[in-house]
Amino acid sequence: MNDFTDPTECLLRLHDEQFALEDYQGGVPRWCAGCGDNAILSAVQRLCRDENLRPEKTVFVSGIGCSSRFPHYMKTYGLHGIHGRALPLAEGIRMTRPDLDVFVNTGDGDCCSIGAAHWIHAIRYNMRMVVMLHDNRIYGLTKKQASPTSPIGLKSNTTPRGSWLDALNPLTVTLGVQNVSFVAQAVDWIPEQLYAILQAAYHHKGLAFVRILQRCTEWLPKLFDEAVRDPAHVQLLHHERGLSISPALAKIYPNRLEHDPRDINRAREIASETDPIPVGILYHNPDVPCYEDLRHHGLGQHTPERIRAGLEAEFDKFTIHPHTAAAAE
Amino acid sequence: MNEVVLTAESPARKAREPVVLSEHIIEVISDSGEGAQRCGQSLGAIAARSGNGVWTVEIIPAEIRPPARSVAGASGNRIRIGTHRITNGGGKTDLVVAFNEQVLLGRVHAGELKPGATILLEDMWRENRDPAIVEAYRRVHDQLIAAGYDVREIPMERECRKLVSDAKRGKNMFALGMICRIYSFSPEVAHDQIGRTFAKKGAKVIDQNVMLFDAGYAWAGENIDLHYMIPSSPAAGPQMVINGNQALALGVLASGMELCAMYPITPATSASHYLSDVFENVGGMVHQAEDEISAASFALGASYAGKCTVTITSGPGLSLKQEALGLAVMGEVPMVVIDVQRGGPSTGQPTKVEQGDMFSVMFGSHGDAPKVVMAPSTIEECFHSVITARRIAETFRMVVVILSDASLATSQQPVPRPEFDPAWVAAPLDLSPVGEGAKPYDWDAETGLSRRFIPGQPGGMFAMTGLAHDRASHVAYDPEINQTSLRARSLKLAALERTLRPPKVHGPEEGDLLVMGWGSTRGAIEEAVDGLIAEGHRVASVNLTFLQPMQPGLKEIMQRYRRVMTIEGNYSDDPADAIINADNRRYSHLAMLLRARTLVDVDCWSEVKGQPIKPDTIRSVMLERLKGDAS
Repeated sequence: MNDFTDPTECLLRLHDEQFALEDYQGGVPRWCAGCGDNAILSAVQRLCRDENLRPEKTVFVSGIGCSSRFPHYMKTYGLHGIHGRALPLAEGIRMTRPDLDVFVNTGDGDCCSIGAAHWIHAIRYNMRMVVMLHDNRIYGLTKKQASPTSPIGLKSNTTPRGSWLDALNPLTVTLGVQNVSFVAQAVDWIPEQLYAILQAAYHHKGLAFVRILQRCTEWLPKLFDEAVRDPAHVQLLHHERGLSISPALAKIYPNRLEHDPRDINRAREIASETDPIPVGILYHNPDVPCYEDLRHHGLGQHTPERIRAGLEAEFDKFTIHPHTAAAAE
Repeated sequence: MNEVVLTAESPARKAREPVVLSEHIIEVISDSGEGAQRCGQSLGAIAARSGNGVWTVEIIPAEIRPPARSVAGASGNRIRIGTHRITNGGGKTDLVVAFNEQVLLGRVHAGELKPGATILLEDMWRENRDPAIVEAYRRVHDQLIAAGYDVREIPMERECRKLVSDAKRGKNMFALGMICRIYSFSPEVAHDQIGRTFAKKGAKVIDQNVMLFDAGYAWAGENIDLHYMIPSSPAAGPQMVINGNQALALGVLASGMELCAMYPITPATSASHYLSDVFENVGGMVHQAEDEISAASFALGASYAGKCTVTITSGPGLSLKQEALGLAVMGEVPMVVIDVQRGGPSTGQPTKVEQGDMFSVMFGSHGDAPKVVMAPSTIEECFHSVITARRIAETFRMVVVILSDASLATSQQPVPRPEFDPAWVAAPLDLSPVGEGAKPYDWDAETGLSRRFIPGQPGGMFAMTGLAHDRASHVAYDPEINQTSLRARSLKLAALERTLRPPKVHGPEEGDLLVMGWGSTRGAIEEAVDGLIAEGHRVASVNLTFLQPMQPGLKEIMQRYRRVMTIEGNYSDDPADAIINADNRRYSHLAMLLRARTLVDVDCWSEVKGQPIKPDTIRSVMLERLKGDAS
């Protein structure tokens, strides 16, 4: 918009560039009725509109699973990838295209099981992107198998006598990785905080990891019933450096905790709590360097002239200097 | 010039005429870290600068620091020097400089030495404090003499100690001096080469190395009665001495790609090492990912977002990347994959050459996932193949795999210095708006080609997906769409094939036997063919640089020969094995493909010994087939 000096044109342009919700709505979601993914989609579309993100400058990247259908339902660029690999796909985009906003949608199977190696390293790279972990604690698309975050004892198609292992806690794992810079937890049934957390995540300069507890109405319809019905099972985090809680929300949720998101040790303690479920920003450190910034000094100046100069310098290193006088005498 | 006497003390009797050779193979071997590599590389450079044809092969132990004086621990170089251009490592070695008898024994056991070969052997072990070492040295020494080798004990250590306190640093230059004296290379060129090699280390180091070189040169003049000369034919233009992996990395620079994502793996990694060092100078970068899958995915993400990228790997890494490559095929994202092949399956032989990955790159990803597969056959082609691969990848929205191998990767050769061409470089990103109604997969009915949309292009928004999809990239629920999209992706190979020319035949246009090959075996095959032609045989060869799609006109060429066979470095059944018959015989990869494609009864011969196939071996195989033809 800086290109336009004529204020009228500028205003017209401004008007043109205000996007509405429909501008982000892609295909009709094929998630089940009542699926928590719908709530995440609504919050994200609202965020895009409120932040006025240019659809062509926004990319949603995903792996495989119910969560990962997300890019198909956005009218932005999208990359619906392969199982577990959403993060490295997103990193490649982020590295070469700092002008794009990158969002990742992944599930508990996609991120915490098949993609676990990438998850740990993505935290360490700390590249700027919003990572939404749609955690319904079950494999949905493949029809009810236990996931790493399934509660112990869960009966599923692969654990008919109950799952054997204690659930993995994605929050404590993430908070244990070097270079972690933003960790939050949201739940699909409190849209106001879901939106506020995603908004804070979007504004974070680094990798913002948001675990979203999400109801699967098909395979685990009752898993979060108690927490949904009884606000005592939820604890809202608030702080001047974190989120505030609206009076309306405060009326519903009496269980609140003031927590400074700079305090990583406290964040780890809170992350370990599963009842009440902590909702809010657990950790935020805006000063962790981003891998793309550390590596960026060369990129973007990749001109034919520069390539030629660099190449000729390399050729010089290998060029041998014929010694014609050495020919047989 | 070659007869210039270096020091006043050199007796005049040494000034007699050297024996003129057309080529020789020289090895310099030591324990790891004793400098034989540097000696060998310097010799290669000196010979190349003198106008000789050169092919240098690294001798690398499997371990980083094998125990000293171990049979499997030889580290060094094997340098083939000739009058004319040399395209392969050739046959067996004529002269070896060995820093101890154990590393030498390894080479003897491997059958690398010619019968009666000259051995210049460090003799310090004869007087070692450890009687076991003395005993071992004497035993090997005597055995080698009994076996007919021309063994000459050289007091390298003692002579170097006269000049420097630690002979370990510099013995290699003494050895270089001896070799240069024996082969009549100019000390001037050698001095200049030493100056360049140690340029970063300063004048003191250069002077010391020159001094040691001169000592070796003088010592050989006094004490070694071997005097050879390999006449040279001056090169047409400026030459660079590089290995295949350096050539690939330079090709990446020249192609205008700006990102390489990789994970360390032998023998591909040295290409990435070099690239890591220089890529940022031109605005590119190497990303070392957490694993092979991530490297492929990172490259794919970056390619999806803009310019074509490259990932460099070897066999096991390729296996791990297959799923990501399938996504690139499905999403029609351009990508270049460099596979520097090594022995397989599984971990196999990481440092050894094999051509075993052709089928896994062609057919590796599940479902029908057509990719372009190219195989550079020379170091020069390693460079140009990357540039071509990038252009094909972007034009056809395809994955292009370049199959190099451990032999090309580590062999050095003088190649003509390329003239920069601006057309090598990828165009800048086009982020102009996409016209109304345009679709991300608007497949052309005839060629399957379509225009790629890049994030940032207004109006082009779409979700790329690995799911079957229609022209708009919407998930396909209609069975016709899968048929249509698979057809489009397959047609692109045919469209590329229509732009290719038939391969050139090396040798007569018709005859008794045609040998077909691909990749690094080319030099050895052509040398064998040339030898047989010179003897009056009607033989020829064809090298395929494109394996998928294949170049046109193959069947027509094949039909002009009475017999056709492939020679390859991947496993095939030996028809002489008791239970092998026409029904169960497994052919080499290329032979199998050619049989399927042309219905010509293509025979094959292959070997997987981890060594480059020698011209002599190929010659014997061809003679045997020719004999069979006559009977």
